[in-house]
Amino acid sequence: MIEIQNIHKSFGDKEVLKGIDAIFEPGKVSLIIGGSGSGKSTLLKCIVGLHNPEQGRVFFDKQEFTKMNFEERIPIRKEIGMLFQNSALFDSMTVEQNLMFSLDMFTDMSKSEKLDRANFCLERVNLVGTNKLFPTELSGGMKKRVGIARAISMGPKYLFCDEPNSGLDPATSILIDELIQDLTQEYKCTTIVVTHDMNSVMGIGEYILYLYKGEKFWEGTNQDILGSNVKELNDFVFASPLMQAARQTMKREE
Amino acid sequence: MLAMTDIGLGSLGLIVIISTFIGAVMTMQIAFQLVSDLIPNSIIGQINRDSNILELGPTISALVLMGKVGSSISSQIGSMRVTEQIDALEIMGINTPGYLILPKVIAGVTMIPALVIVAIFCAILGGLLGGSLSGAVSAADYIQGIQGGFNGFTVSVAMVKAVVFGFIITSVPAYKGFYVRGGALEVGEAGTQAVVIGCITILASDYLITAIML
Repeated sequence: MIEIQNIHKSFGDKEVLKGIDAIFEPGKVSLIIGGSGSGKSTLLKCIVGLHNPEQGRVFFDKQEFTKMNFEERIPIRKEIGMLFQNSALFDSMTVEQNLMFSLDMFTDMSKSEKLDRANFCLERVNLVGTNKLFPTELSGGMKKRVGIARAISMGPKYLFCDEPNSGLDPATSILIDELIQDLTQEYKCTTIVVTHDMNSVMGIGEYILYLYKGEKFWEGTNQDILGSNVKELNDFVFASPLMQAARQTMKREE
Repeated sequence: MLAMTDIGLGSLGLIVIISTFIGAVMTMQIAFQLVSDLIPNSIIGQINRDSNILELGPTISALVLMGKVGSSISSQIGSMRVTEQIDALEIMGINTPGYLILPKVIAGVTMIPALVIVAIFCAILGGLLGGSLSGAVSAADYIQGIQGGFNGFTVSVAMVKAVVFGFIITSVPAYKGFYVRGGALEVGEAGTQAVVIGCITILASDYLITAIML
């Protein structure tokens, strides 16, 4: 479980996060949604420790992460898997080397064990046979899947995904969403996904935190969104004609 | 080891070519300026040797390597920063300055002195070749000159300079690359800034070391 309390973060004079509280449960896919500049990626970076919030606390299973120094954070970091918006694969390494990197750094596994683990992770994301390819030789969707494979290589307890569907076609987006959902169930990990993809919101959002201008504006499930009367949330979620049509259909069915 | 190979072997050819030509040109220019019959020709070899050991070997090599190695380090680390690869390392619990910068600094302070020794050797050899091929000084006079009045302390000064320059050549670009913000344009700008700041720092520290040690 990850708990955040009263997170404040500013860049210069601009206050990006204004006291965010939330609890992210294990075994559930939690989404942080909001418009551009609402502070969702900043919040994710505050949670994983890439940004230090000016105020507030982050707890990983009751351990206060924000209070820890670099060395104290290492055991928790080993349990974190993260998929970055642009995948952030190490471009001078092959797919296999990317997957084996944290195993090389933090485990005593033999080379064959590490190779087995890398192959297992690649199989899990349906990328068998791509071991020797470099990231530049992969498509956007494949890079995301390698990113996910790398994130699960150490068997994560906490999985973070920053805009996993950005730049992907709808079919691949659904594939990535399903993969994230399946892995969350498989590893019983606490998964936090930053997204503004409404298919993800409606498809995998077991807990949704909506940020508006740096504030926590709403929280609930994907089912709660349909009955929400919060104007800002509705304007954001049902902005596209497709989503409006979907809501009309659902209301008619009810 | 990879960083050592990259900095050391990767720059060896360039250093050999530059130093050999500098040595050859220096010899001809010294011979051109020494027109007095009272000064023996062997002094050309001696001046060339001491100039190369004390100044040209370490400083010219450092300035050239600042451009070659420095811009490479800055762009490597800067690209990793803007593509979130450094963030990915940090998330994994890797001490990123220790993993990315420290090996390069260690490689710099060990390999740059080695390259400077090669540069000095090549410059002296270049002087012999340039001087005898152009007729500026005979090989016998030149060899007699480089053997005479040798002060071993000049090599110590050269090595101190080389170690300090090795640190500057690797640490300044690594710092600029590590803290770059933005995209490809900013990575390029950081590389340029790193080379300019690095070159000025090399020249300033060259002056300081010379003033302190000589």
